[in-house]
Amino acid sequence: MSPKKLNLKDKYKLLTRDLDWEFSYEDRKEAFPYEEFEGIKITDWDKWEDPFRLTMESYWKYQAEKEKKLYAIYDAFAQNNGQTNVTDARYVNALKLFLTGVSPGEHAAHLGFAFTGRQMGGIGARVAAQMQSIDELRHIQTQIHAMSHYNKFFDGFDEFNHMHDRLWYLSVPKSFFEDARTAGPFEFMIAIGFSFEYVLTNLLFVPFMSGAAYNGDMATVTFGFSAQSDEARHMTLGLEIIKFLLEQHEDNLPIVQKWLDKWLWRGYRLLTLVAMMMDYMLPQKVMSWQEAWELYFEDAGGALFKDLERYGIKMPDYTDTIKQEKEHLSHQAWWIFYQYTHAAAFHTWTPSAEEMDWLSEKYPDTFDKYYRPRWELAAEMEAKGERFYTTGLPQLCQTCQIPMAFTEMSDPTQVVYRESIYNDERFHFCSDPCKSIFDNEPEKYVNAWLPVHQILQGNCGGGGLDKVIEYYHLEDGVANLDFEGSPDAERWKDWKGVA
Amino acid sequence: MTIEIKTSTLKPIRNTYAHIERRFGDKPATRYQEATYDVHSTHNFHYKPLWDQDREINDPSRTAVVMRDWYDLKDPRQFYYGPYVQNRSKMQENAENNFKFFEKRGLGESLDSSLREKIIELVIPMRHAEVAANLNNMYGTAHGTGTAVTQALIYEAMDRFGNAQYFSKIGLALDGNTGDSLATAKEHWMSNPAWQGVRAYCEKTLTIKDWFEAFIAQDIVLDTLINDLYYRQFDEWLTQNNGRDLLLLMEFMQDRAKDSQRWSDSVLKVVVSESEHNANQVLAWISTWRIRAQEALEPLASALLGDKALADAFAVLEKRLTKVGLNC
Repeated sequence: MSPKKLNLKDKYKLLTRDLDWEFSYEDRKEAFPYEEFEGIKITDWDKWEDPFRLTMESYWKYQAEKEKKLYAIYDAFAQNNGQTNVTDARYVNALKLFLTGVSPGEHAAHLGFAFTGRQMGGIGARVAAQMQSIDELRHIQTQIHAMSHYNKFFDGFDEFNHMHDRLWYLSVPKSFFEDARTAGPFEFMIAIGFSFEYVLTNLLFVPFMSGAAYNGDMATVTFGFSAQSDEARHMTLGLEIIKFLLEQHEDNLPIVQKWLDKWLWRGYRLLTLVAMMMDYMLPQKVMSWQEAWELYFEDAGGALFKDLERYGIKMPDYTDTIKQEKEHLSHQAWWIFYQYTHAAAFHTWTPSAEEMDWLSEKYPDTFDKYYRPRWELAAEMEAKGERFYTTGLPQLCQTCQIPMAFTEMSDPTQVVYRESIYNDERFHFCSDPCKSIFDNEPEKYVNAWLPVHQILQGNCGGGGLDKVIEYYHLEDGVANLDFEGSPDAERWKDWKGVA
Repeated sequence: MTIEIKTSTLKPIRNTYAHIERRFGDKPATRYQEATYDVHSTHNFHYKPLWDQDREINDPSRTAVVMRDWYDLKDPRQFYYGPYVQNRSKMQENAENNFKFFEKRGLGESLDSSLREKIIELVIPMRHAEVAANLNNMYGTAHGTGTAVTQALIYEAMDRFGNAQYFSKIGLALDGNTGDSLATAKEHWMSNPAWQGVRAYCEKTLTIKDWFEAFIAQDIVLDTLINDLYYRQFDEWLTQNNGRDLLLLMEFMQDRAKDSQRWSDSVLKVVVSESEHNANQVLAWISTWRIRAQEALEPLASALLGDKALADAFAVLEKRLTKVGLNC
């Protein structure tokens, strides 16, 4: 008898789906205790459609091949001093933002998917989450290795993990991932698996990798290509989880909708850092933030939400606000960092005349009117030796933790202030959605570790700004302040033979 | 004669990341070091987990074991993601060839029918037990402290899922890919008295709250015994009972178990050498779980190998524990 040929679906079913069993000796709820407290109702895990049918043996095989190729490029990059081939040393600051702000998020995602990969009751969903978990571990480790060579030649990389737990603006990504990890398993899957990995990945991962491609950074772009097929798998998992939850029970709809409203806004606020990177930090620009938002969210996301309409899902109502903000976001964000550059682990600069022309062209309705005059004034003051800094500490939004600098869209000169009272205490927000996220779960968000509050309470080294900078392990005059005159800039000139 | 290509050399301003330098000094670091040390977030957590309000999201108190530095639990294999998948990829290639050979030569058909039944009854159901191992190790990844141990735990978890699939493939190799053997094996897992102890033990481990206790119950107590029963004693039994061909299909699991034991020995040794508190705690766990394991494995070991087998396996466990300084 010759053995029957198995198709992929049957093979996967036999090798995976059938492995679970009904418990007889313990209460299954004791083994999977977190499945119910969020209010999600699962009636039949067998309805889960496996988003990718990868056996462990194929996983090892494909991933090993990818790793081998990736590290061959890393080695060649280091051997040939690839860092000298980037468009300009200013570019490297985008990588500093990436390593301190994004990479630790990969590790948080790794732990979060390990949690859901242990806790979800259905084996199909668990295995997919486990594979994503080990992939995310791959990403933090390969990113550390990609940046390892840059770290040997530029400042601002060497304390990335110390800073991630402490530095003021890094609490934005850190609190984002901790918010997701401290939620229940299904909220995590919607927050990171769907909202972040499926809806927003083209606005985070892709801009950094395209930025690398446009700016001659072979190490990072090779990582990007190598991670692409992992990301594709993660996207299919994100889509499957939302469809699965919505198909399981109609009571899941309002819960999932609430999570979507929360997480798309949380994710969007986090992307502020990306918007600024795209418009101001890349010497060779890929596209403007506005263009990226339109392409990847308004067009692609719009189609996705159309598809989800049949389940009753609606596009969050604040997307009109985002639509207006897209012409302002990056300018306001880079201005925050320009003012506080003494407390940042990357360098800042005023945009050059050519860069300002590019910004005028990309943002015809806002740049010349609101932002060009400000940058021209800043450049003028710099030239006179009166570089402008803000020495006071900003108010932070209790939810997203970004300094309260975003303006009303009806009046771009007026900063938004929203507030809520909870337990006789007043809390401040940068926007209506951040306020409503807080109002839905105040008992959670009162525990936020807000860097400015902590500084004022003396928990960040105590004393003045010099002590805070020390607490951050930020060596003054090295990793912080303007690019011009920095040790990075001096070394670059030296390599390039420029006096 | 050597040839020398001239390259421009630029002097680095530092050798490695600052946290690596603080641990190992100012010198070039290995990729294992950079990928591993201090990667876990340790300070200034924002919110309390909705599912564990009394602790931080990363919290060393999720186990009763206490370490001054959780990064002492380094992996003697120095596995970070890259070497891990590359190592397993080589092993799977070998396994793939073994399975192909087995199939091509029709070795399944030449098996004695009682032996085939024995495999389906007493070996294939291991695929379910391996799922418990997958989950117990994943639990440690999610709740453990320090990337040194949590990364090794996810490698172990994925390995065990791989094992579950290899056991399933043995079934498919015996039943001509119909899956009938898997269905029969599942019935044995669910109701054959030989398996009920092991199934109860597995279900019990999945309710453990302390992640290091789960490591002890799974990777130390149960795995030492199972490894000895299946990959040493049953290996010998097959050799003596016309079942040599089947060894081809077990090779991956056997080699992997050896590789994994190097790591788990090292973890156990470092934890119990850290303090009397740890040693006592680990001993307390072991004494409970070995009693459960004794009860759980007796019917299975007897059916598989006869009455003396389990005592031999316990002697191996004893030896393993003594070697790391635990005298039970």
